[in-house]
Amino acid sequence: MAKQKSPEQKRYEKIEQKHEAKRPVVKNCIKAFFVGGSICLVGQAVSYFYMYYFHFTEQTAGNPTVATMIFFAMLLTGFGVYDKIGQFAGAGSAVPITGFGNSVISAAIEHRTEGFVLGVGGNMFKLAGSVILFGVFSAFVVALIKTLLLIWGVI
Amino acid sequence: MLPMFFWAFVIGGLICVIGQIMFDVFKLTPGHTMSTLVVIGAILGGFGVYEPLIDFAGAGATIPITSFGNSLVNGALQEADQHGLVGVLTGMFEITSSGISAAVVFGFIGALLFKPKG
Repeated sequence: MAKQKSPEQKRYEKIEQKHEAKRPVVKNCIKAFFVGGSICLVGQAVSYFYMYYFHFTEQTAGNPTVATMIFFAMLLTGFGVYDKIGQFAGAGSAVPITGFGNSVISAAIEHRTEGFVLGVGGNMFKLAGSVILFGVFSAFVVALIKTLLLIWGVI
Repeated sequence: MLPMFFWAFVIGGLICVIGQIMFDVFKLTPGHTMSTLVVIGAILGGFGVYEPLIDFAGAGATIPITSFGNSLVNGALQEADQHGLVGVLTGMFEITSSGISAAVVFGFIGALLFKPKG
């Protein structure tokens, strides 16, 4: 990890740090808050729709809502709007499930020129794959520990 | 109903702010940030604190990617409750299947309908 840096590299680092643009953290956070919040607001409206017309409960409405939001993400990604929202909102559009959908859908659209099997099929989860990997693996570990503790009567 | 919209907005927004701080302050890539948030969601789900958050904030808790980790854990635990240790593996996608299946289906439809830009 700790590689010896030559004096030139150290000098370069200093210059780089001096000229590196300061990220407007507070401004970005406010943007992320409002865009992310708005996406969740739309999600809430969609969940109420499912709760009133299809008799889902607060807990189970999450599933159809997520699917619907990903459908919206497909339209916005296809028309090139989601990219623009993303440039403005940063994490505000990446953290909601629509960001996950966007990463899958944009990869699918982008690689269709390479064919449907090797292009679309092979690259669809290029970006979202890590989310699935770490989600599934951490969930496995957490659930395994909890189940073992329950079996042994610790909790 | 109105307070639910308010809390969905606030809690959902705050989770996105956490993501933005990971981007800007800790200089993580979007991939690292999303993966970390999913792991956090799984751990919160394991402690049983994510479900109350969903009751409180509705879509503010179910829409951010953290809920993906939570529902994976809940699916695994539910199945483990009925079938023992094997359930941890088989129940994983019991609850959260819609996110991935929707992404696959709409991803493919998207690829059929739209042409890449730029």
